[in-house]
Amino acid sequence: MTIAVTKVRVEDKLYQNRYLVDSGRPHIIVRPHDKPSANLLALTYVCPAKCYELNDKGQVEITADGCMECGTCRILCEKGGDIEWNYPRGGFGVLFKFG
Amino acid sequence: MIEQFDAIVVGAGMSGNAAAYTLASQGLKVLQLERGEYPGSKNVQGAIMYANMLEKIIPDFRDDAPLERHLVEQRLWVMDDTSHTGIHYRSDDFNEAKPNRYTIIRAQFDKWFSRKVREAGATVLCETTATELVRDGNGKVIGVRTDRAGGVVFANVVVLAEGVSGLLGTRAGLREMPKPETVALAVKEMHFLPEEVIGQRFGVKGDEGCVIEAVGTISRSMAGLGFLYTNKESISLGIGCLVSDFAATMESPSALLDAMKNHPSIRPLIAGSEVKEYAAHLIPEGGYRAIPQLFGDGWVIVGDAAQLNNAIHREGSNLAMTSGRVAAEAIIKVKSRNGPMTKANLALYKTMLDDSFVIKDLKKYKDMPALLHTNSSNFFDSYPRLMSHAAQNFMRVDGTPKIEKEKNTTAAFINARSRWGLVSDAVRLALAWR
Repeated sequence: MTIAVTKVRVEDKLYQNRYLVDSGRPHIIVRPHDKPSANLLALTYVCPAKCYELNDKGQVEITADGCMECGTCRILCEKGGDIEWNYPRGGFGVLFKFG
Repeated sequence: MIEQFDAIVVGAGMSGNAAAYTLASQGLKVLQLERGEYPGSKNVQGAIMYANMLEKIIPDFRDDAPLERHLVEQRLWVMDDTSHTGIHYRSDDFNEAKPNRYTIIRAQFDKWFSRKVREAGATVLCETTATELVRDGNGKVIGVRTDRAGGVVFANVVVLAEGVSGLLGTRAGLREMPKPETVALAVKEMHFLPEEVIGQRFGVKGDEGCVIEAVGTISRSMAGLGFLYTNKESISLGIGCLVSDFAATMESPSALLDAMKNHPSIRPLIAGSEVKEYAAHLIPEGGYRAIPQLFGDGWVIVGDAAQLNNAIHREGSNLAMTSGRVAAEAIIKVKSRNGPMTKANLALYKTMLDDSFVIKDLKKYKDMPALLHTNSSNFFDSYPRLMSHAAQNFMRVDGTPKIEKEKNTTAAFINARSRWGLVSDAVRLALAWR
């Protein structure tokens, strides 16, 4: 229950931000896995935009639309091969008004 | 048609703009690439801007740069769950004709800086992500591949000002990806309030500003720092902790920020504000030991991409601006004597940077990151709690003899950390500071 409340809150926060979503071309992809690594699992808590979520099969999924491009997931999970990480194409992604 | 530039600058943050401006104003043919819609649209900072470092690049910046408030007061708060113990420094000397530091809003400031870069003659190409370095047969960097169709551009030298999580340097193996223990994740909100309300709450008038930086239980035993910076009509409020600590504790950054906002010392300062943005960013915290190779055949690295951030003094953008300027000056010197942009010639950048405050400061604190990383629960939880208890014990008058109060305080410290632990923490802190 606590997690659900936090999730709504983060979504509310992201609602303040401007994004230009590159539909159908997510810039981060989670590699298929049976069981998430510790770091990948940590992202379901640590991603500041709550892009990472656990599905009912216990695997981690990503919805990168609200991504603030901080790079935390890259630091934790690129090396181990959990994710494939890129910046969005030029012009797409988050557009900070204040930054 | 293949267009050849003297220099390509990747990124339009503080270091990239400083480099591009310096190069272009000396007549070099400069192309600057920025992946955002406009310069600043991808950039996040607290933000405090130090005048001296910008003055060295644009001496009359105060005439038209978008500055929020000049700072007359700095507070450092050590917090537990209900209290703060503070050191405040305020001086009217900071109300000088050319103030020393200002709060800024990066999206606005970077737009201004970028306009200066274009006025100096550089070509600024936005909405363009640089994806790969292009090298010749000998491995010398000769250009950059972009995500535009047919988007390869060539230059004698590439300045990597791509930020802490830049793609080019890491993909090309010029630098390692930062490790979770050498970067902090910071989250920030922009809280809007009327100008007069900010003035009243922080005890400042006109364009005067106040900074609050806070350590303690707000980071929940993680190595971290919270901050409130006053802008004209808004407060930048945020908290950052090491990524390794976030991963170990599985704390939610946004929940951490919300808890900080609810702290009884902070809540009244932002009461009734309207939040208009939520941002996240990585901050290089590895210090001197994390600085990568800074130059090579056809390339230099500047700013956050080079881990040039002084976490102890919370100085980042001034190191970024300085490294960008110094790199540009080195490139200009090499070019002026018709030298090729080889590794040997570009070593001048490192020599010049070593001679500046940038490397000298980072060297001074070279052992600090490791100390704070391995000792975070003491420095960010136990000690703040002990300090609060000691202060409260001292201030409550309840008929307990003072000698007994002193004994209680001493006993609390020894219970929490042992005599040996206290001495060892003090010695290690002193050594790392020296």
